[in-house]
Amino acid sequence: MTPAFDQAAIDDIIAQHQELPGALLPILHEIQHTAGYVPAETVPAIATALSLSRAEVHGVISFYHHFHSAPMGQHIVQICRAEACQAVGARELEKHATAKLATALGATSADGKISLEPVYCLGNCACGPSVQIGDEVHARVTPERFDALINELATNKQEAKS
Amino acid sequence: MITVYVPRDTTACALGADAVAEAISTEASQRNIDLQIVRNGSRGLFWLETLVEVATGAGRVAYGPVNASDVAALFDAGFYEGKDGTLSLGLTEDIPYLKNQQRVNFVRAGIIDPLSVDDFKAHGGYEGLDRALAMQPQAIVDEVKESGLRGRGGAAFPAGIKWQTVHDTPPQQKYIVCNADEGDSGTFADRLLMEADPLQLIEGMTIAGLAVGATQGYIYLRSEYPKAHTVLKAALANAYAAGYLGDNIAGSGKHFDLEVRLGAGAYICGEETSLLESLEGKRGMVRAKPPLPAIVGLFGQPTVINNVLTLASVSGIFEKGAAHYKSLGVGRSTGTLPMQLAGNIKRGGIVELAFGSSLRSLLEDFGGGTLSGKAIKAVQVGGPLGAYLPDAALDISLDYESFAAASAMLGHGGVVVFDESADMLEQARFAMEFCVVESCGKCTPCRIGSTRGVEVIDNIRDSDGEQRDDNLILLEDLCDTMEFGSLCAMGGLTPFPVRSAIKHFPEDFGG
Repeated sequence: MTPAFDQAAIDDIIAQHQELPGALLPILHEIQHTAGYVPAETVPAIATALSLSRAEVHGVISFYHHFHSAPMGQHIVQICRAEACQAVGARELEKHATAKLATALGATSADGKISLEPVYCLGNCACGPSVQIGDEVHARVTPERFDALINELATNKQEAKS
Repeated sequence: MITVYVPRDTTACALGADAVAEAISTEASQRNIDLQIVRNGSRGLFWLETLVEVATGAGRVAYGPVNASDVAALFDAGFYEGKDGTLSLGLTEDIPYLKNQQRVNFVRAGIIDPLSVDDFKAHGGYEGLDRALAMQPQAIVDEVKESGLRGRGGAAFPAGIKWQTVHDTPPQQKYIVCNADEGDSGTFADRLLMEADPLQLIEGMTIAGLAVGATQGYIYLRSEYPKAHTVLKAALANAYAAGYLGDNIAGSGKHFDLEVRLGAGAYICGEETSLLESLEGKRGMVRAKPPLPAIVGLFGQPTVINNVLTLASVSGIFEKGAAHYKSLGVGRSTGTLPMQLAGNIKRGGIVELAFGSSLRSLLEDFGGGTLSGKAIKAVQVGGPLGAYLPDAALDISLDYESFAAASAMLGHGGVVVFDESADMLEQARFAMEFCVVESCGKCTPCRIGSTRGVEVIDNIRDSDGEQRDDNLILLEDLCDTMEFGSLCAMGGLTPFPVRSAIKHFPEDFGG
């Protein structure tokens, strides 16, 4: 599944932000918000607008965990791997999740529905293990709760968010 | 009209607060009860979320933890009139966890509507700014110095000294930057403050701008905090609309603009120079110091860069005066520190106390011990770069100097509790693994050393006898190299959790 991106929309985003001081991250955020990832084809236009080399733009995209340079699954499911969640079972949850979805952390399920991503802290450390789906954080996620959340996604109760 | 409060906080929503608010609204209209719901921030008593409060003549009455399925029963019991019944907790202010705190930063958290400038002002907000507007810049800096305020991000550098340096640079474009890249596991005080009382931060940054002659501020917020982002953007718009930001602050003719910028999931951007690089639109690579950011900071200009709680504290310091602030705390650790109880803890949340109480009292009296009910094995204070402390070390006083003396770090006040099921070799390995993932790559000991660290710890796990001892020596050498050969705290402090785990829990390393 390759969501087509709208070149005109990308050009608009660049034009709207290029005069901002330190415009690159705001531009990349907007592009990813619109297209779901930062397509490699957009790099030359960004570089030209900001008087940067393509290598510099690519370097920034690849530096930050948040930016994706390839299309993601329909839903992004992030599992917190950090210490506070480990203390209440995140390591077990991670094993359960990768087995349940037959997907490694950082990969997308074979049907293209779910990208399973690691995340290091969602600020929900008093009520872990924490999982974020789209923009929604879920607390006290046991393996059973995880399965329920995934099943909800399968029945499309939750909208996909970038 | 009855007013009911249901938090909009990330943790409250993660535990179902949106569904609770919806259920209350639906149930009220079915029962023809005239009721308004205010989406406040959290009080920080996370184990009671969703904490629903009702305004009564005697004060706010609390119910919790409420699930959407409890709402009908709450109505049956007359909760909207503050009646006792299911999930009733009595007056919120009388809940011991809250009552026994000394709240300064979090004094308004959960009480006000976070987006309302009027509500903020009705609770002492912007009184500090009014005072600062009548003062000379040097006098503002002096007041911050007098308060003894130290950076709350972890390094505890005196804020007034930093501000003085920026103040003393020649007039030019200067910046105030708020480090809201709260990436340490076990910390959520910045997030809670930004979601519950964002105007406190905005006020503090405005005062900082007046002090040093900066007309532009940026809040660098981590992308993992979408709710805080929404609240901050709305609060900024409201502050502009009320004339508290822009080119004529509160009619004074003074100018300060403020914008929120999103990070992109890089832990290292919590390091101040890396954050500045990121704000400039670059890879978040750590800069060598000197030059200090106070002299050559954002876009090469003099910059005050402080943590959320540091800048927010300025609001209270100017409202109540430096002397009042200084009267709290011990020695050179003045004021309060919001401790964050996290991990395997029964009653997790924010506990704001003056410096100087004991860690054990925090864990037992407030935290109630572990969530699992098992014994505490280890406590990591100060984030992923902080030391692991064993049960025997928990009587330590919560202040910067005591922690430094114990080769530990109070940092941003995060406390992560592990019960006896924790394997400290795995925790040490994770510290190295985290450094592999999050190192910016500039310094070889951090970039490569962490990868080698994971391997050596694996070797320790898989060997015994002399071979294991050799690997422990190798790990010790590697820790030295990382500690002394890295520019910033990422490589420099990763050895702390590793070494403390080996020192206090040798049995987990086959010793």
